[in-house]
Order: sequence, then structure tokens, then C-alpha cells
Amino acid sequence: MTGGEEQIEATGAAGGGAQDGTAEAAAGPGRRARVVLVDDHRMFRTGVRAEIGQTSATGVDVVGEAADVEEAVAVVTATRPDVVLLDVHLPGGGGVEVLRRCAPLMPGGTAPASSAEGAGAVRFLALSVSDAAEDVIGVIRGGARGYVTKTITGVDLVDAIFRVADGDAVFSPRLAGFVLDAFAATDTPPVDEDLDRLTTREREVLRLIARGYAYKEIAKQLFISVKTVESHVSAVLRKLQLSNRHELTRWATARRLV
Amino acid sequence: MAAADVPSENPEPTPARVRKLYRIPEGRMISGVANGLAAHLGVPVFWVRAAFVVLLLGNGLGALLYAAFWFAVPMGLRADSPPTTWQYGSIGPYSLVKEPQGWRRGLRAVQQTLQGEPLTGAAPADGSRPRPADAEAHRGPLLALIALVAGVLVLFNTLTRQSSSPYIWPFLVAGLGVAVVWRQADDARWARWFSLGDSRRSSAVARLSAGVALVVAGVVGFLIVSGSFDDFAKVAQAVLAVLAGVLLLAGPYLLRMWQDLSTERRERIRAQERAEVAAHIHDSVLHTLTLILRNADDPKEVSRLARAQERDLRQWLYRPTGADEPADTPDTLAESLRRVAAEVEDAHGIPVEVVCVGDCPMDEKLAAQLQAAREALVNAAKYGGGEPVSVYAEVEGNTVWVFVRDRGPGFDLAAVPEDRMGVRGSIIGRMQRHGGHARVRPAPAGGTEVELEMERASG
Repeated sequence: MTGGEEQIEATGAAGGGAQDGTAEAAAGPGRRARVVLVDDHRMFRTGVRAEIGQTSATGVDVVGEAADVEEAVAVVTATRPDVVLLDVHLPGGGGVEVLRRCAPLMPGGTAPASSAEGAGAVRFLALSVSDAAEDVIGVIRGGARGYVTKTITGVDLVDAIFRVADGDAVFSPRLAGFVLDAFAATDTPPVDEDLDRLTTREREVLRLIARGYAYKEIAKQLFISVKTVESHVSAVLRKLQLSNRHELTRWATARRLV
Repeated sequence: MAAADVPSENPEPTPARVRKLYRIPEGRMISGVANGLAAHLGVPVFWVRAAFVVLLLGNGLGALLYAAFWFAVPMGLRADSPPTTWQYGSIGPYSLVKEPQGWRRGLRAVQQTLQGEPLTGAAPADGSRPRPADAEAHRGPLLALIALVAGVLVLFNTLTRQSSSPYIWPFLVAGLGVAVVWRQADDARWARWFSLGDSRRSSAVARLSAGVALVVAGVVGFLIVSGSFDDFAKVAQAVLAVLAGVLLLAGPYLLRMWQDLSTERRERIRAQERAEVAAHIHDSVLHTLTLILRNADDPKEVSRLARAQERDLRQWLYRPTGADEPADTPDTLAESLRRVAAEVEDAHGIPVEVVCVGDCPMDEKLAAQLQAAREALVNAAKYGGGEPVSVYAEVEGNTVWVFVRDRGPGFDLAAVPEDRMGVRGSIIGRMQRHGGHARVRPAPAGGTEVELEMERASG
């Protein structure tokens, strides 16, 4: 796979028939996001490329693909994309290993970034078919800025890519459920008040995400701005990544019989 | 003592016969030899045991015979145990062995308490796993029986005035020790076959040490009785030296053999797991793919098949380790809700995403909530404009919330005619009858959301 400045053509021949405007510009006109696809299934990469890769329509420019950990690290380092779509299960150590080795390329710190910060910084969005909490929470703790399932529609995926490129976090309903389980009230006293507890507001936002609400709808429901919703979600992401409670995954995984 | 009508010549089965001789662990007194013989010959087990006891009194021939059988005859399997790849064959007319009744059952309970029960991996077919207290009550009869046998033995010895009378006790003690150790070995093998982890390690060690102690006591007793105890130290030294030499020579080979055995066992487990995966994929996934190919021109059916298969595979892949196949009637809220969502998904061809936070056992109030949730789901699938439906359940303390949300055109409850019962009766009314609440409201950006709140019956 060569990275760099190759010109992407719409691969309409791939049987799936990507009609024009499969994913109409979810982002404003003139916005561009350079993306690398990391997935060991060639069929899936082709499908995603067909769905979102028509730069003129979606603003997404697929600048590279990789099928395993080694290749992924090489391609990401060479192309420095804005966003990497990262499969959780990869030969050679999985998505977590890619995140570990690409850590220097990520934006410094995990504070909610303004779009001005970290030019050239690479952000990761995890994409998986997995339903296992340890996989999902594992990649988030590894530094991914969000998690979506592979059943996501093209429009939503483009939207998620631009969100991540802007430094926001993207939570699927399932991930929100896992996080609520992981941060559920327990008897163990928190090690760090700031990191080991969710605020009431954050919990409300997560619940609405789990109920299938989009950020805009959450904003409407709670009478706050979309920007505020995003900052709540980013705060939750930060807690998820920095919390020292190693039981996080265990709690999310266990069937919490109340 | 009734003379046994058991032929005392060796009843080894000829190879031509299909019926093979096995020891049967269920209801065994010591190792299942008598049980196996009884089943094999088709006579009540009592007579076989009686014959052994009678033979035991005649110069201990019975004990020798018994030991020989124990050593040579393989342990059989439960008749109702799941067939496994390493099963040699089936036990003959196993049905001839009567289930122990009354005090006999109690006796068995005691044995299991004293010696460890046969580790058959499954609960006994008759469900008679004894409670310790139960066994406690039957300890008397067993001790009485042992005393009786010992008494008879001593009486017999005094009557026959055998010269070996001083030796009888050491032999008896040593024999008992050997029996305990052998039986332990049997159980250990049994346990290895059926389960990979021996959770009963401590009791096994205790029994093994007890057996060894008994044997040592017996040997020492024998030496004391025969008066050659003084030479014992010298002999022991020599024996130890020889043993050390043999270990040095054979040690590497033994170690290698042990390692090979463990490796082989691991391989076999892996192969079994692989076979399980292959079977699942073969049975369900390939089947579905065939159906999809056959229905290629019916997109609705194709997506329904694909969704059902995906769900099934996920359930199989991500079920918690150690969990069994999901039962027919799920007993927790999350499981039940997923089941209901799956049914609606299949019936209406609309994707339903279920997210559960926390979980709790089902009770009758939650069952009502589940019914209401099903009704809401069906409505969402029918009138939600074909968009995916979201279900969210949360258990918080004693309160259980379920949200069902669609992205359809939405509807106004007030505009629904009075005589239409769907939402009013099946959702709102049902929740109120069981002491819960239901709210139906338009979602902020289109669609409808049904919120169901219920207090759990059990605190």
C-alpha cells in the first residue's frame, strides 16, 4: 500500500454500487479530512472506501489502507492523516498495539482539544464488530477518541470522522452503556475523586446516548448547547482513559446483578 | 452366610462377546467391581458382595480376587453421561443395577462423605446428592457394619486357629491403606477426565496421606510382628539408595513422559474446542448463508436472515466465559429483554439495538414491564418508518427503567380514538395495574419514546 498523495477514484465497480451522495456532505462545504483505513478484511475496506471515499461529496480523503499492525504503523507514520479508522481485532497485536506504537503521533495530552491545536496530530476512531466490553474499553483506554460499530451508516461515519478530527469524542450507544456500567456506584472508594466518578450531568448525557439520541437531540432535551454536550462527552472520555481504577473493564464486563 | 451362586472361576468375558466388563462407579462400596460384575452377570449386587466377603474369609482369596479385578477392569461410564470421544463402549445391561434404597442409599452417602464421591461431572441421575447432615445421620450404620465385619473376621480367625493370626491386623491395615490410595487414584483419573480443574485438591491430599500412613503402619506392624524390625533401618537404607539410583536413571524419561502426556491432553482440549466452533459455524452459519443465497432476490428476507444469524453468532461468541448455553427461559432482565427484542426484530424486520446497564433477576412485576416493552417495540417496528429502534434498560437500586425509542413520524396520544386499546391498554394500563408508570412522548427530533418505570417486587 502506498501512502502519500495518491489520487483516490470512486470505486463504483465494487458491486455495491456507491451512488453519488451515499454520504452527502455531513460536514460543511470545503472541509477536508484525510483518513487511513486499518482493517484486516479487504472487503470491508473496499466497502468503506466506496461509501465515504468520494472526496468531492463527503470531504473525506482516504490516503492509505493497512491490513495489520506493522503496516498500519508504517502507513500512519508516513501519511500523518487526520483520522485513522481502526479495527479492534488485527493480526499482530490488535488495535491496542497500533495505538501504543502510534502514541507519539497523537495530540499531546487528552484535554478537549480545540481544532487549532495539534496540527498534524493523528486521532483514532475505533470501528469494530465486537461486543466485548474489554475490547471496546481497551481501545478507548489505549487512546482512541471514539468507538462505533461497523453497522454504522455512511452518513453517520462521515459525521463521526469530522467530530473526531475536531477533537471531540464519539460514543456509540453500546459504549455509553459499558461506561455507565463501569462507573456504576460501587462500594470501593474512588482513588481520585475527579477521575473515578461521573458527574450527574455526564451521566444524563451518557444515558441519552445509550437511549439512541444524537448530540443535537441531547442538547435539545437538556436545554444546553451541542458544544456543551460535546465537552461532557470529552470529559467522560478523559476519565475513561485516565482513571486508575483497573476494575473498570471488569465491572463493564461482569453482569452487574443489582 | 449364604453360599454364593456366583461362579468363582474367572468370569472374564471372552473377546467374542460384545458385553464388556466395566467397573461401575455409581453406588459403589469401594471401587465398583462388585457393581460391574453384578451388572455383567445379571445378578443382584448383594450376592456378588456376599461372595467376595465369604471368599475374603477363606484365606483372603476374596481380597486378592477383588484387587485383581480392581487393577485390571477399567472404570466404566455413567450410562446417562454424554458420550465422549474416548469412550470405549457402553456398559452392558446397566439397568439391572437397582438404585439403592433406604439405608443402602444412606450408606452410600456416608461413603461419599468419607471417601469422596465418584466424580462424575454430572449430578447423579436420581438427584440424590447427599447433604452432609444427611450423611451424618447414617454414619452409625456404617460404623456398625465395619465393626461387624471386623468382629466376624476375628471370630473366624479364633475359630480356625490359624497360625497367621498375629499377621492379620498388619495385613488388614495395609490392605485398607492400599484400597484408599487406589480408590483415590481412580477418582483422580475420573476427575481429570471429566473436569480439568480439581477443586477438591485438599480432600484428595488428605485421603492420599491417610492411605499412605495406613500402608506404612501396616508394614511396620508386619515387621514388628515378624520380629525383623531391627534390620529394618539397614534394609531401608539399601532400598532408599536403590530408589535414588533408579530415579536418577529413569527421572528424565519419566519427566518427558509426563510432559508428553500433558501436551497431548492440552492438544486434545484444543481440538475439542475447535470442533465445537466448527460445528457451530457448520450448523448455523453455513445454513443461513445457503438460505440467503436461495433468497437473494428478496432483500427483506435476506436482511432478516443475516440479522438473526449475526445475533445468534454474537450471543455465542460473547457469552460470558463459563456461562452455559442460554436457557429456554431467561431469568434475568437483560437476557429477557434481548430475547424479546430479537423476536420483534425477526417478526418485523426492523433492527433493534438493545443496551442494558445493570441487571437483575426477573419477577412478576418486571414480567409485566417486559410485556409492555414488547408492545412498545412492536408499535415502534410497525409505525417507526422502518428506522432502527433503540431500547435502553437500566436497573438502579429497586427501580427498573426501560426506554423504547423510534425515529418515525411520531404520534399524538390524545388524537388516538378512545376505543383503540393498543397503547392505552397494553402499555400504560398494564404498567399502572402493576404499580409502575408509562409515559409516551414525542422525542426531541422526531419519533416517539416510551418510558416504562417499575419498582421491583423483591427488594
